[in-house]
Amino acid sequence: MLLLALDTATPAVTVALHDGTALVAESSQVDARRHGELLLPAVDRVLAEAGARLDAVTGIVVGVGPGPYTGLRVGLMTADTFGLALGVPVHGVCTLDGLAYETSVEGPFVVATDARRKEVYWARYEARPSPGHSASARPPLVCTRITDAAVDRPADIAEAVAGLPAVGAGALLYPEVFGDPRGPEHVSAGALAALAAEKLAAGEELLEPRPLYLRRPDAQVPKNYKVVTPQ
Amino acid sequence: MADEPLVLGIETSCDETGVGIVRGTTLLADAVASSVDEHARFGGVVPEVASRAHLEAMVPTIRRALKDAGITAKDLDGISVTAGPGLAGALLVGVSAAKAYAYALGKPLYGVNHLASHICVDQLEHGKLPEPTMALLVSGGHSSLLLSSDITSDVRPLGATIDDAAGEAFDKIARVLNLGFPGGPVIDRYAKEGDPDAIAFPRGLTGPRDAAYDFSFSGLKTSVARWIEAKRAAGEDVPVRDVSASFQEAVVDVLTRKAVRACKDEGVDHLMIGGGVAANSRLRALAAERCERAGIRLRVPRPKLCTDNGAMVAALGAEMVARNRRPSDWDLSADSSLPVTQTHVPGHEHGHHHGHDHVHEVSKENLYS
Ligand SMILES: [Zn+2]
Repeated sequence: MLLLALDTATPAVTVALHDGTALVAESSQVDARRHGELLLPAVDRVLAEAGARLDAVTGIVVGVGPGPYTGLRVGLMTADTFGLALGVPVHGVCTLDGLAYETSVEGPFVVATDARRKEVYWARYEARPSPGHSASARPPLVCTRITDAAVDRPADIAEAVAGLPAVGAGALLYPEVFGDPRGPEHVSAGALAALAAEKLAAGEELLEPRPLYLRRPDAQVPKNYKVVTPQ
Repeated sequence: MADEPLVLGIETSCDETGVGIVRGTTLLADAVASSVDEHARFGGVVPEVASRAHLEAMVPTIRRALKDAGITAKDLDGISVTAGPGLAGALLVGVSAAKAYAYALGKPLYGVNHLASHICVDQLEHGKLPEPTMALLVSGGHSSLLLSSDITSDVRPLGATIDDAAGEAFDKIARVLNLGFPGGPVIDRYAKEGDPDAIAFPRGLTGPRDAAYDFSFSGLKTSVARWIEAKRAAGEDVPVRDVSASFQEAVVDVLTRKAVRACKDEGVDHLMIGGGVAANSRLRALAAERCERAGIRLRVPRPKLCTDNGAMVAALGAEMVARNRRPSDWDLSADSSLPVTQTHVPGHEHGHHHGHDHVHEVSKENLYS
């Protein structure tokens, strides 16, 4: 198994190569406005670092968000097209699940990312020690999402998240609501790939590689939407 | 000819997801998925709706184009894509797809100009473009007179609209007449049964001291809307057919008059008309009449090649390959206001592109130095 994972649902442009048991190479750059420019060179760099060719990849893993749409689509379109060109499956993973997987919080917690417009994308999770590993010193955690990913104003979910540790940039942005904010700020493709590899090994279904927008499109027709007049 | 470049082109600058495949100047496939129906109730193209539709439609449309062309992706000599101008978010979907596709296939990538593509598409219909070429581009997003001596490297703007694009004026008048969106085809239809001389609507920027090649349709639009409102206020029926015909005549009269004048002034003996409004039957007829009288050869592609499509992008891409233009880099971005003078977005000077090898060459470079 060789998975190429990528995510553009947060300000991070993150790419990783994972062989099913371990991370092979990873690149993460934070630049919320340049997903389109940074992603392909990052893929190229990660492959070069691993000494691997793209056609050795057996599957693509992509974060389906939720996340700001323009950036989110860069990752999904890239993953979709790789899948077409290489003839390999494209697996979707909820970006918030990737963040939850990466944190070491135990018990109930929240993941929140920045949805802009003074809102957050969020979901509640529960992490418990893996039952099969009860004898080891620090058993691995099994993390389960309790609620569907949603988009809300922080003040409107204050009650639902009160007292819970909160992971992600959305939590760090609104400390008055998320009293116990934690890192990581942004998702890493390495975590996404590891999570997908576990699920695939366990025979679990992954998501369709379709975007989680969570909001309807703004139905605004801009004036003079194409400005092409040479001055 | 089998040794002509085989190129797949991707277009997503507005509401059409277009994937075309050409071999040199021969059209092999022209697959288009349009989201126009989803925009109709808003009376114009909603960028976010268009972007979402592009993402959904892209892979199926690429598959369809390959099937229609009867080729496999491995046979391609390059991938071209509209890098701009257009809707930023929509362009980015196409650019992302094209980069991933070119990279995965190990083919060179060409980010090309949408307007130059509208001109180059005529090669698929009427063979190689004469050099220089005079082009009148008219659509919902653009109205320009362009002169090109080499479609891959030199496009010079002579004039453009100073306010609304011609297609925009059609949409707005259709809205005032309650004819729905888009306005072009429906006004064309009504106008066929109306009298173009029934109402004397103004011809913008046609005075002796006005810019010879610029256009203005904002005044016309206001004048038509006022005329309709006055009729309604007086409790009279609005003669939709005569209004459509007279409005359309005002638009195409100015367009063709200025285009023919530009040809004469520049000593160019043929005129190419492209863009969605070039599908308008009266524009085609009046241009044919005036060009004939002026001894100018008119080239207008079939309507399906005038509206936005992937074949036009592939046509320009094939020309880029044929003329050895430098491919784009993997950090190619969408540029919503790419100037018409920039026919394509070549990679950095230090890039090494050698066809199938360039995937590996790029790895050695620091793209951000
Ligand atoms: Zn166009």
